[in-house]
Amino acid sequence: MFLITCPFCGEREQSEFKAGGEAHIERPKQPTELSDDEWAEYLFMRKNIKGIQFERWNHSHGCRKWFNVVRDTSNDEIKSVYKMGEKPPTI
Amino acid sequence: MSKNLRVKTSKFIDETSRVSFKFNGKTYYGFKGDTLASALLSNDVHLVGRSFKYHRPRGIMTAGSEEPSAIVQINDNTSLTEPNVRATEIEIYDGLEATSQNCWPSVNFDIGGINNFMSPLLPAGFYYKTFMWPASFWEKYEYVIRHSAGLGKSPTKPDPDIYEHKYIHCDVLVIGAGITGIMAAKTAAKNNLKTLLLDEKNEIGGSTIYQDSEHVKINDQSSSTWLENEIIELEKLDNLEIKTRTSVAAYHGYNYLLARENLTDHLSKGEKQNKVRQRLLKIRAKKVIVATGSLERPLVFNNNDRPGIMLSSAVKKYADYYGVATGQKNIFFTNNDTAYESAISLNKKGIKVESIIDIREQSNSEFTKEAENLGIKIYRSHTVVDTEGYKRINKITIMELSKDGQSFTSSKKITLDCDCLAIAGGWTPAVHLFTQSGGKLKFRDEDQVFIPNEYPSDQISIGSCNGDFEIDDIVKNTLKTLKEFLNIKKTNYDDLNIQCPKDKEIRNIWLLPSDKVLGKTKPFVDYQNDATAKDIKLALREGFRSIEHVKRYTTTGMGTDQGKLGNMHALGIIAETAGVKMGELGTTTFRPPYTPLTFGTIVGRNVGEYFDTFRRTPMNDWHIEHKAEFENVGQWKRAWYYPKNKETLHEAVQRESKAARDGAGILDASTLGKIDIQGTDASELLNRVYTNAWSKLAIGKCRYGLMLNEDGMVYDDGVTTRLDENHYIMTTTTGGAANVLGKLEDYLQTEWPELDVYLTSVTDHYATASVCGPNSKKIINKIIPDLDLSDENFPHMSFKNAKIGNVKCRVMRISFTGEHSYEINVQANFGKSLWEKCMEAGEEFNITPYGTETMHLLRAEKGFIIVGQDTDATMTPIDLQMDWIVSKKKYDFIGKRSLYRSDTMREDRKQLVGLVTDNPSEVLEEGSQIVADTNLKPVEMLGHVTSSYYSPNLNKSIALAVVRGGKNMMGQKLFIPMENKNINVTIVDPVFFDKENERLNA
Ligand SMILES: [Zn+2]
Repeated sequence: MFLITCPFCGEREQSEFKAGGEAHIERPKQPTELSDDEWAEYLFMRKNIKGIQFERWNHSHGCRKWFNVVRDTSNDEIKSVYKMGEKPPTI
Repeated sequence: MSKNLRVKTSKFIDETSRVSFKFNGKTYYGFKGDTLASALLSNDVHLVGRSFKYHRPRGIMTAGSEEPSAIVQINDNTSLTEPNVRATEIEIYDGLEATSQNCWPSVNFDIGGINNFMSPLLPAGFYYKTFMWPASFWEKYEYVIRHSAGLGKSPTKPDPDIYEHKYIHCDVLVIGAGITGIMAAKTAAKNNLKTLLLDEKNEIGGSTIYQDSEHVKINDQSSSTWLENEIIELEKLDNLEIKTRTSVAAYHGYNYLLARENLTDHLSKGEKQNKVRQRLLKIRAKKVIVATGSLERPLVFNNNDRPGIMLSSAVKKYADYYGVATGQKNIFFTNNDTAYESAISLNKKGIKVESIIDIREQSNSEFTKEAENLGIKIYRSHTVVDTEGYKRINKITIMELSKDGQSFTSSKKITLDCDCLAIAGGWTPAVHLFTQSGGKLKFRDEDQVFIPNEYPSDQISIGSCNGDFEIDDIVKNTLKTLKEFLNIKKTNYDDLNIQCPKDKEIRNIWLLPSDKVLGKTKPFVDYQNDATAKDIKLALREGFRSIEHVKRYTTTGMGTDQGKLGNMHALGIIAETAGVKMGELGTTTFRPPYTPLTFGTIVGRNVGEYFDTFRRTPMNDWHIEHKAEFENVGQWKRAWYYPKNKETLHEAVQRESKAARDGAGILDASTLGKIDIQGTDASELLNRVYTNAWSKLAIGKCRYGLMLNEDGMVYDDGVTTRLDENHYIMTTTTGGAANVLGKLEDYLQTEWPELDVYLTSVTDHYATASVCGPNSKKIINKIIPDLDLSDENFPHMSFKNAKIGNVKCRVMRISFTGEHSYEINVQANFGKSLWEKCMEAGEEFNITPYGTETMHLLRAEKGFIIVGQDTDATMTPIDLQMDWIVSKKKYDFIGKRSLYRSDTMREDRKQLVGLVTDNPSEVLEEGSQIVADTNLKPVEMLGHVTSSYYSPNLNKSIALAVVRGGKNMMGQKLFIPMENKNINVTIVDPVFFDKENERLNA
């Protein structure tokens, strides 16, 4: 159980949060204009990296805000936390 | 005939306090402070159990938690009995009853012992090979295997003991209260750090506290005297907490650790009463100091497992700490100086040491010299090649080793009598917790140990778990590491004057040679799982190379002790046989818990009604008073049905269902999720999340909506009401409320932050009573006479604000039963009085409370779906034949694009249909399969029944089902194959009752 620093509340235990999968996958603005393959790419394809991964987390038992986390999935080390809409850091 | 082998008054044993206990039905005596093992040994009992696979007699090997063999069953009470308790850990108390495990009918005569003679037939992988071939034999093997396998007996009744969980936050956690742990804890606490010191033993001080060698001195005192004074000082420190009998089970990332504090296991039955038995400590430490010490290694040679063969350090501890002689004719067998130190200690207490067998050619430390001076016979360059004695060792055979240690100088054998063989194979740092935390080890070639290398969190390892074995190295390195770690300049220990003998000579031979071929020997590597060096070599011959594979194939290290003693030997034998370096081989993974935990500790107080949180509606007391049966829906306890006069579920539901359509029914709908939606873009949000259009919904109107996932599958449904221009109240399914809120918040925060919408969960804030049936209008009129209930003023699918007395309420005219009905929402604390008012007003109209089962039946008559029952995550609205609710005009909504994927457009997807049985009284089983051709092999499954009831309003059985291509199979005959028959069914429209919806306005 790791600790996550919510950008709104500060450091809290993992059990207060919900993981939301890979970050920076934007919902297409015009889904109807996409081919089946293009839509499937948005809908189903995820990287699932061993190592540095950009992912979404939600402080579900706290402020309920969504934000982004850069985490090394091999050892759970959190490299960075930033708000939705902010530019991802280069790591 | 039990002897008394208590040899000397020990200051750790209270000889004024005699304790009586039973082992295998016989009464023995020991003293307060004894473990079961030390008490048994003082009575000259070595044989305590049988091994797991071969059922060989086994004795006590160690004096600690690493014990592989002496595991016993405590207490035979069906609810309190506990298997796999280490006799070396459990402290005796008056009334303790322990029995041997793995033996039947008794430890002295065990039928399973026949496995020992069958052992050529039980090689490594025996179980795997047997399971594979021939399959038909499994039943026969199973009987034998099930009866001979298993470690102890589980309790068969609920555990009456009390357990709890506790969170601890500290600046510094020190694990292990040996000399280094004590120095570290004192230094941390003196530097104003909130410190917690844990030790698994009943007292702190580690092995130094009973050390009495004249060769080891700290500031000219014996090391034990020096440490005793330190402990007195330690106990005065304010910001230091010490917990004994506390074993760290798990070390997770971010310095999060779990420890088990044992509070009452050492107390007598009377003293245990009403006390918390064990506590799970959940520790979050800023810094962790691991001082877990090291474990002595055995030696691997032929028949190295007989009762009476013990670790040399254990023999020393029994003598020095418990004042117990483990034998009267002791022989030591060693590859290093530890055994000499132990032998001297025994000699001092008058315990006879016959000889020391040393595989080294020579050694010249002060210990060896002293042993020689004491007249102990030393056999250098010798090894034990065999042992004798079935239930207790009585003889050993030794031979002289060749230079390379792989064979012998001659065939000359010497046989020596003994009743205890103390073996000393060197030391293995206890790095288990360190590796659990994610730490990486490195291999030190000189003395062949794995030591910590890379720390994954803010922690250090000190003392012998870090690979320092001599007291002067230990202190010097500990202080250096501590200063850096705690960022301090000085400690109390900077000027300690330490004297100790220096001799690190060790000769490692992982598998000692025998005069017999390997196949005829039994050199045990893992005592608990009966894995021998032979098994490991067999695994390598059969092609296994990875250490993790060899481990699983031979089961080495897979017992409850996780192979704490023998893992290094397994690695060494693999490395030698495969010709690779041990350091390159790596180790197997040590997993939590370090020592086994009781389930009680893990669950703590979360048992019975506290297992999970549950929610009750404001009308709950009324339901209980009126004898409702309840069912769990998500976390809610919902009234399921209200049996009258001992009615069954079926009878009650038939009555309730009929009454709701003939007169009036009332349902507690408070559990439905309610989300308050406000903001200038509220309508736009609903447009985007529901499949139908919302912009034109007039204020005061209600609309049913279906919500999809982005993959086009139905996610939730419910009625949403427009309370005002920018204000809606959304209802969700009972189980889906939290997820729907989460989903809406997710989209609002991440995809559509430009929308001006605010969401508030108000599920708990309102109580809801739903009154339905032809008399519902009259009942509402009695309660709210001011409200104009005419169809013109208050039509179906609309909403009114009203007042019942002074209490504001929201009334929706909506229906989930197909009847004319009203849903009244009031502030939650008025829920019960609202319900009672409805009941009172409805009495003359035969108002009947109904539960969730009747609600399900009534809606099934109407063909209304229940998300999660008639749908799973593979049903689109089109599959549900609900095309009418999917807007063709809207440019986009969640899931829209997925409805046009090639897969979701397939004609042969499973689709929702109605089913009727040829025999109208036959009710189908929900979940049963549907087939078209019962002769086809294998049978082709077309779908399954999702909802099924006997309808009292139609007087026939009805069902909803999902059937492949079912939309185009109207009128088709199909079969439901059951165990003894096939039931004939016909596909029909899913709306069974009042297809024209005439009753809504009746
Ligand atoms: Zn937060």
